[in-house]
Amino acid sequence: MRPLRRGLSASRIRLLLLWAVPEQHQSPAERWAERGFSSTQGLQDGPGESSSEDQVTVHFINRDGERLTTTAKEGQSLLEVVVNHNLAIDGFGACEGTLACSTCHLIFDKEAFQKLDAISDEELDMLDLAYGLTDTSRLGCQVCVKKSMDGLTVRVPMDVSDMRKQLEVGKQSKQ
Amino acid sequence: RLSTSSRYWMPTSCDFLLLQHHGGALVDIYEKLPVPFGLVRFGVAPDHPEVKNVIHSFTQTAHSERCAYYGNVTVGRDVTVPELQQAYHAVVLSYGAEDNRVLGIPGENLPGVYSARAFVGWYNGLPENQDLKPDLSCETALILGHGNVALDIARILLSPLQLLRKTDITDSSLAALACSKVKRVWLVGRRGPLQVAFTIKELREMINLPGTRAVLDPADFTGLESAVKDAPRPRKRLTELMIKTALEKPAEMQAAAAGAAAPREWGLRFQRSPQEVLPSADGRRPRGVRMALTRLEGSGDSAKAIPTGDVEELECGLVLSSIGYRSLPLDPAVPFDSQRGVIPNSSGRVEGVPGLYCSGWVKRGPTGVIITTMNDSFDTAQSVLEDLQGGVLDVSPSREGFGLVESILHSRGVRPVSFSDWEKIDAAEVARGKAAGKPREKIVDPAEMLQIIGH
Repeated sequence: MRPLRRGLSASRIRLLLLWAVPEQHQSPAERWAERGFSSTQGLQDGPGESSSEDQVTVHFINRDGERLTTTAKEGQSLLEVVVNHNLAIDGFGACEGTLACSTCHLIFDKEAFQKLDAISDEELDMLDLAYGLTDTSRLGCQVCVKKSMDGLTVRVPMDVSDMRKQLEVGKQSKQ
Repeated sequence: RLSTSSRYWMPTSCDFLLLQHHGGALVDIYEKLPVPFGLVRFGVAPDHPEVKNVIHSFTQTAHSERCAYYGNVTVGRDVTVPELQQAYHAVVLSYGAEDNRVLGIPGENLPGVYSARAFVGWYNGLPENQDLKPDLSCETALILGHGNVALDIARILLSPLQLLRKTDITDSSLAALACSKVKRVWLVGRRGPLQVAFTIKELREMINLPGTRAVLDPADFTGLESAVKDAPRPRKRLTELMIKTALEKPAEMQAAAAGAAAPREWGLRFQRSPQEVLPSADGRRPRGVRMALTRLEGSGDSAKAIPTGDVEELECGLVLSSIGYRSLPLDPAVPFDSQRGVIPNSSGRVEGVPGLYCSGWVKRGPTGVIITTMNDSFDTAQSVLEDLQGGVLDVSPSREGFGLVESILHSRGVRPVSFSDWEKIDAAEVARGKAAGKPREKIVDPAEMLQIIGH
């Protein structure tokens, strides 16, 4: 497994985990005071839960091509999986699972996509704004892990800056 | 040492990425207002609290040891860009678009004609728009523009008050809306249904707005079903929703039969370009807008609206111009393309000024949703990181960062606001909102903000 990235990535993603249900009535200061987590945590440790309950293996192919493998609990959304396991996916889940953005956009292979639960109009509405939309795209916050998904591989779509990186690399290799 | 300068503090995604991917980077953020968050606080509609969840990420970034926030500092006046470049290895300008495009038609400056930007700033508590005092005593409002901001304004004008009461809309705008006589809102655009810039979630929300009915003319949609058959899914679904709404039997026909009160109504008008705002007899407000009817040349996003020579008068007492935001030049040392309204740049690297970068609306123009601007920030951050790693940015001479800026600000009598200062203001706003069942009651006077933190 990939070693956990230190620094902001971990604490930010922990932040998303704790605030998966939007809380309107606390100031950021109050929320900050409530948090008491460390900034580093091994993927093996997980957020304090017994790993024997995590039955489903999921692979995330990150934007740079790196494969991030983790185990998930049935019923968790794929956004929660990314958050719970501190996966280093930049800018993932900005609206914290409230169907107000498209940053948890994931691409499935055709077979896996067809087995997913039906997509709602609300999810389609936000997915319509995603960069690099495909026919097998879904929002990670709306897809819940099932035991039958063991071994699932999903791809994090490239964004505008990734496209540029690709072009740069392409240019360099032509020289 | 890196500095991000914002008139309004948005995209912190750039800062986040810099801090995240470069372990030694120290990032300072400068913001004109005492309070941070920019459009997330002042642009996103009060009834869209989920969209504001990004504030949690921003707060996280600000709490990093390697990040510092300095509010109440106007870059270009309190400290210049050349002075910032002396203090920092790299400076990123992400100050957005604080102005609006103008119609350039007679009658535009009549009382009762407002820019969407000012109206949104008014109900969202932006200090400079608190004196707007919009006149809502007429029945019909015209919004010029077919974007999400136009829909936001229509929705705020027509929303049942009990829904708005529970949001962070300012108390004074709530009071004004409670007295509002506006019951009909037309959103008017120069081009056709296939060129609307608003997105489907916002349109659906408007269609489902309680106490209102949508008035769309089926004739505007003739032949469009087949026109979008092979269009990209987002455009197709959006058009299909408009068609469906236009063809649906108006609910109020059934309601009228049952004796229900006439609901508030809203509608879309197409291919009408404003020529003149016509004044009332006493000149104190609009009585209508004369529109040039247009035809479309070309198709899709690049279709152009060409006047046909025919005109029409649309009656109204309130006009809101929602035709786009516009950036302003910040500092003589920073190149600015006034035609395009952006800082000339290449992937965020400001042309001709090494060590200076830009991101967000001031870099690519004032359009897009949060993810667009977030991705754009990542693009600029990548340029900075590349330049750091590739030696283009020379970090061998040490820079003083805020150490240097602090003495400059002090000599000019400017006292910056820290992030923990903001948290005191934040706590005060939340406490004030609690009594009214609102997430916060925004403080709209910068002097009051400074008083709360003892400045």
